[in-house]
Amino acid sequence: MSSDLSDLYQEVVLEHSKRPRNYRVVEGHSHEAAGHNPLCGDQLSVTMKVEGDVIRDIGFQGQGCAISKASASLMTGAVKDKTRAEAEALFERVHKLVTEGPEGVDVDALGKLAVLSGVSEFPARVKCASLAWHTLRAALEGRGEAVSTE
Amino acid sequence: MSGFDVQRVREDFPILRQEVRGRPLVYLDSAATSQKPQAVIDAIVRFYQHDNANVHRGVHVLSERSTEAYEGARETVRRFINARDAKEIIFVRGTTEAINLVAQTYGRKHLGPGDEVLITHIEHHANIVPWRMLCEQTGAVLKVIPVDERGELKLDEADAMMTERTRILAVSHVSNALGTVTPVKELTRRAHAKGIPVLVDGAQAVTHFPVDVQDIGCDFYAFSGHKMFGPTGIGVLYGRMERLEPLPPYQGGGDMILSVTMEKVTYNRVPHRFEAGTPDLAGAVGLAAAIRYLESLGMANVAAHDQELLAYATQALESVPGLRIVGQAREKSAVLSFLLEDIHPHDVGTILDREGICIRTGHHCAQPVMQFFKVPATSRASLALYNTREDVDALVRGLHKVLEVFK
Repeated sequence: MSSDLSDLYQEVVLEHSKRPRNYRVVEGHSHEAAGHNPLCGDQLSVTMKVEGDVIRDIGFQGQGCAISKASASLMTGAVKDKTRAEAEALFERVHKLVTEGPEGVDVDALGKLAVLSGVSEFPARVKCASLAWHTLRAALEGRGEAVSTE
Repeated sequence: MSGFDVQRVREDFPILRQEVRGRPLVYLDSAATSQKPQAVIDAIVRFYQHDNANVHRGVHVLSERSTEAYEGARETVRRFINARDAKEIIFVRGTTEAINLVAQTYGRKHLGPGDEVLITHIEHHANIVPWRMLCEQTGAVLKVIPVDERGELKLDEADAMMTERTRILAVSHVSNALGTVTPVKELTRRAHAKGIPVLVDGAQAVTHFPVDVQDIGCDFYAFSGHKMFGPTGIGVLYGRMERLEPLPPYQGGGDMILSVTMEKVTYNRVPHRFEAGTPDLAGAVGLAAAIRYLESLGMANVAAHDQELLAYATQALESVPGLRIVGQAREKSAVLSFLLEDIHPHDVGTILDREGICIRTGHHCAQPVMQFFKVPATSRASLALYNTREDVDALVRGLHKVLEVFK
């Protein structure tokens, strides 16, 4: 495999796409949003239970490519028990990582999310990686309408 | 095959002589848009270098030349689809505009509340949305001829759907997502028996086999230049004269009028009534060059090549473990939609791209087709006259690589 391909489809990405974590609707959720990438038809919903300022539980469901599923799965693990501000800061870092690459990004602070660094070499796939995050933001902001990557 | 040497054909297409990502380019996305032979590129350049001026206006030599080139292109299109009269050829931007034109002229004139527009389940969005919009404007109802698991139209149900309220049948000649070739001649016969006019979306047909609009008997036939090795921005609406003659204009502007006062406008005759504003002159010239190129190869030869390659590709893809071809119509054009295990088409496309192989992934602007087959998307390899068995072999190798990544 060429090196940029193996950067994109890292073991962790493939594993999360095949066995996504928190693939469920959170029972008694307080926040939810739907996301849609009209270009490829990827669809995703995020449900959360937010207590005070903290995301106590989060789940997602939907269909999409390996990148979008893995990104959503990793996201749910990363923002659980985080405050809104922390989740927002992660969004910013991940966005920079998938659009610009690892330079200038505090990769250590990203933990497992760092495996998404390969996406920046594939401009056509940035939206796949960021769909879940846009949906998370919409859910946190309490926007009922579906978000779109377009 | 006599008279058709694919290696020589490839030499006519400069874009194919390149490497991408360190590998020879394998272009399998011609159903999205085709590549252009040097003859088309040269014709456009020559037009701008020698003949460019506005048409139907000037008394000067350049305007004469450009008018001749533009009207000559109309005659070339007429010959290509065997229309009776060059006046039945309207230049538009593409298939999409051609269908919108019919919906907004014929449709607005003839449809009212409770009337019906009949389309099929395999249509491209370009042959759905203009009718949907027309229905919203007029209160008409959209009816859809269903499709079966092979991707063929359920003809036995079509008859019952042609009612006394049906004002038009709009159907694709070839499905862009499945490759299904529909029996447009038979459908036209049945529709006409009930007095229903027929529009055929021929965008995916004219590039693969000879089309004779008089033989089909349809009232309207739409296609795009860019899918048939011509430039983007130019397309054709053919309409039978007796259908076009009574229609109101589509857009207003220059060239579509005979006289204008502030009180009254007299509209021009067909086809100019439907060509408001300065048309895509160079586009028409390029389209005519594409047609001459196809004629030099012979559409029968092109059709034989495409069918031979389709058979080879179908067999080759079926040898890939876990691959399922979506769309198995008995009469099919050189389009292969497929699913590979449960790997998302986007991932398939990305990995193939790194091998220098261009395919289309997604819903192919035919979401109802995807909904019928209960898939969000497919991968689609589409073949054209410059594709070879080697291209198909490269695709198969690429798909094995995809399986390796996702094993």
